Amino acid sequence: MAGIIGADIVFGSKMPINYQPLALQDTDPFVLFGLDKEMVVLNDKPWNIEAKAHLLDEKVTSNKNMFIRNNGIPPENIDVASWTLVIDGESVEQTKTYTLSELKSKFKHYTYQLTVECGGNGRSEFNPPAKGNQWTIGAVSCASWTGVRLKDILDDVGVKDSAVYIGYHAADSHISRDPNKEPISRGVPMRKAVQEETLVAFKMNGEDIPAAHGYPLRLVCGGWPASTSGKWLNRISVRNIEHDGAKMKAPAYRVPKNTVAPGEKVEDEDMKIIESMPVKSLITYPKSGAVLELDKKLKIRGHAWAGELEVDQMEYSIDFGATWQTCSIEKPVNRLAWQHFNAVITFPEKGYYEVWARATDANGVGQPMLVPGWNPKGYLNNACHRIAVKVK
Amino acid sequence: MSEENKFKGQAKQVYRMLIMVWCVVLLGTAFAIYALVDPSLSAFKEKETELVVVDDTISEDDWDKVENGIHLRTGFVDDDGLMTVVTNCTSCHSAKMVTQNRMTKERWIATIRWMQETQNLWDLGKNEDIIVNYLAKNYAPKNMGRRANLENIEWYELN
Ligand code: HEC
Repeated sequence: MAGIIGADIVFGSKMPINYQPLALQDTDPFVLFGLDKEMVVLNDKPWNIEAKAHLLDEKVTSNKNMFIRNNGIPPENIDVASWTLVIDGESVEQTKTYTLSELKSKFKHYTYQLTVECGGNGRSEFNPPAKGNQWTIGAVSCASWTGVRLKDILDDVGVKDSAVYIGYHAADSHISRDPNKEPISRGVPMRKAVQEETLVAFKMNGEDIPAAHGYPLRLVCGGWPASTSGKWLNRISVRNIEHDGAKMKAPAYRVPKNTVAPGEKVEDEDMKIIESMPVKSLITYPKSGAVLELDKKLKIRGHAWAGELEVDQMEYSIDFGATWQTCSIEKPVNRLAWQHFNAVITFPEKGYYEVWARATDANGVGQPMLVPGWNPKGYLNNACHRIAVKVK
Repeated sequence: MSEENKFKGQAKQVYRMLIMVWCVVLLGTAFAIYALVDPSLSAFKEKETELVVVDDTISEDDWDKVENGIHLRTGFVDDDGLMTVVTNCTSCHSAKMVTQNRMTKERWIATIRWMQETQNLWDLGKNEDIIVNYLAKNYAPKNMGRRANLENIEWYELN
C-alpha cells in the first residue's frame, strides 16, 4: 500500500491540490495522515486517533500531533474546482451557493488560533465506564485557522429574525455506506455562529487543511466541542429550530441537566446540549516518567484553556493537592486560543512524586482533582492532569 | 562500388537496425504486459514461486486464527459466540469500537438498540442473546474508582 500512496503523503500539506489519497479508510494511518509515531490509534474504522501529552508541547499544534475524530468515511474524490458551500434553511432570505474561490475573494480573511477539543476527551476515566471511543487526554488541539467569518457570509445571504441555530452538512459518508444517512451534522446557536472567531476555514497552520481535518473547507467553532467544527463542509442550514441533524439528539454530545449518581439512567429529555467546554490544562513538558537528581530543579510547561473564557490562574502541586504553587501563565494570542504556562519546581527530598496542574477560569471555577460529574456518554472530564516524577 | 550499390548497402543497414529496434520494442511490450498481469514477476523467481503458491485452506485457517485467547484478525476475546459477534459487529466499524468499551448487560442491549434506531443496525434475531451474553461476560465494567493510579510509566533520565 505504501508503495501506491507514496511516502510523499507524509508531507500532506504539499499534496497536489487535486490529489486524492487512495483508500483513505484502510492503510497505515501514520503514513496516510503524516502522524507522529507515538500517536495512539483508538479506532481504525472510523479513524479515531489521539495524541499523548508530551506530543502537544508545541504552542501551535501541527498536523502530525493533532487528534483525529472521524464519525464516518471521509470523502474520497475532492474536486476543489467544483466544491461549493450552500447556505440554506428556513431562516435565510434566499438560498445561496458560493464556490471556494468566491468565498476566498468576496470576504475578508482572518486568522485565529483556536482550541478544538473533543467533547469526549477524558472519557476513559469515567466509572462506571461510559461508551464510545475511550479518549484519555489527547483529543485536543490548538492550530492556527485561516478563513472567512461565518457572520460575513450570513450577512451576505441575509438571515431572518426567526433564526435560532445553524447546522452544518458535509461530504463524508455514513460508515454503513447508506447514502441517505449523514454520519454527523451538528451546529451551534446563532450567538456562537456570529462570533468574530467562528470561521469557515480553508487553511490550517498556513497551508491547505489536511485531508483528515476537513480539506478543503471546515467550520471552526473554537472553545466548543470539536463536533461543532464540521469537516469537509459543503452546506450550512440556518434553522428556525434547534438543528436536528445526525448526533444532535440525546444522548449524543449532551450531559444531564441535573447531576446524577454514577451509572444512573438518564432520560433523553433530561439531557442538555454541551456548549462551551470547561476549564482544563495539560503538562506537556516533561514527559511523564522523568527521573532526576535531588539537586536539579524541574522546569515544567504546558497549556491551559477554558472554552469561551480565559484562564486566570494556573497552579501546580507536588503533594497530591495538599499545597498549591503558582505557575506563570501567558495571555492567549487571541480569544479562544489556549494559554501557555510554566513553573520551576524544587523537590524537598527524594521519592516518587506526581506533578498535578490546575487551571482556574475567569469566573473562579477550577479543575477538579477527581473525575467530575458522571454522565452516560462520558463527556467533559476536565480533571487535573498529572505526570509521574522520581527524584533520586 | 557504384553509387547505387553503396546506397543499397546503407539501406540494408538501416533496415537491419529498424528490425532490431522493433524486436526490442516488441520484447519490451511483451514484458510490460506480463509485468502488469504478474507484478511480482513470480515466473522468473523460481524459489519464490514455491513460496508464493499459497494453500487456500491455510490462509482461510489464518483468517480466523486464535492465539492466546484472542481472535487475531479482530482482537476479540475467544469465547462462545465469537463468530456471531465478528459477523454482526465488524461490518460498519472495526472491532476496536466494541473492544474499547466495558458495559453491563443492560447497557450493551441499550447500545444495540441505539444503533438499531439511529445507525442502521439490523434486527439481530436469536443472535442477540448470543451477542449480548458474549459481550456482557467478556467486556464487563471494572471498578476504577474516582481516579486511578498512573500506570505503565516509562521511566527515563531527565538531564
Ligand atoms: C449498521 C452499522 C453498524 C453495525 C452492524 C454495528 N454498529 Fe456499532 N456503531 C455504528 C455507528 C455508526 C456507531 C457510531 C460510531 C462513531 O460514533 O464513531 C457505532 C458505535 C458503536 C459503539 C460506541 C457507542 C457510542 O455510544 O459511542 C459500540 C460500543 C458499538 N457500536 C458496538 C457494536 C456492536 C456490539 C455491534 C454488533 C451487535 C455493532 N456495534 C454493530 C454502526 C454499527
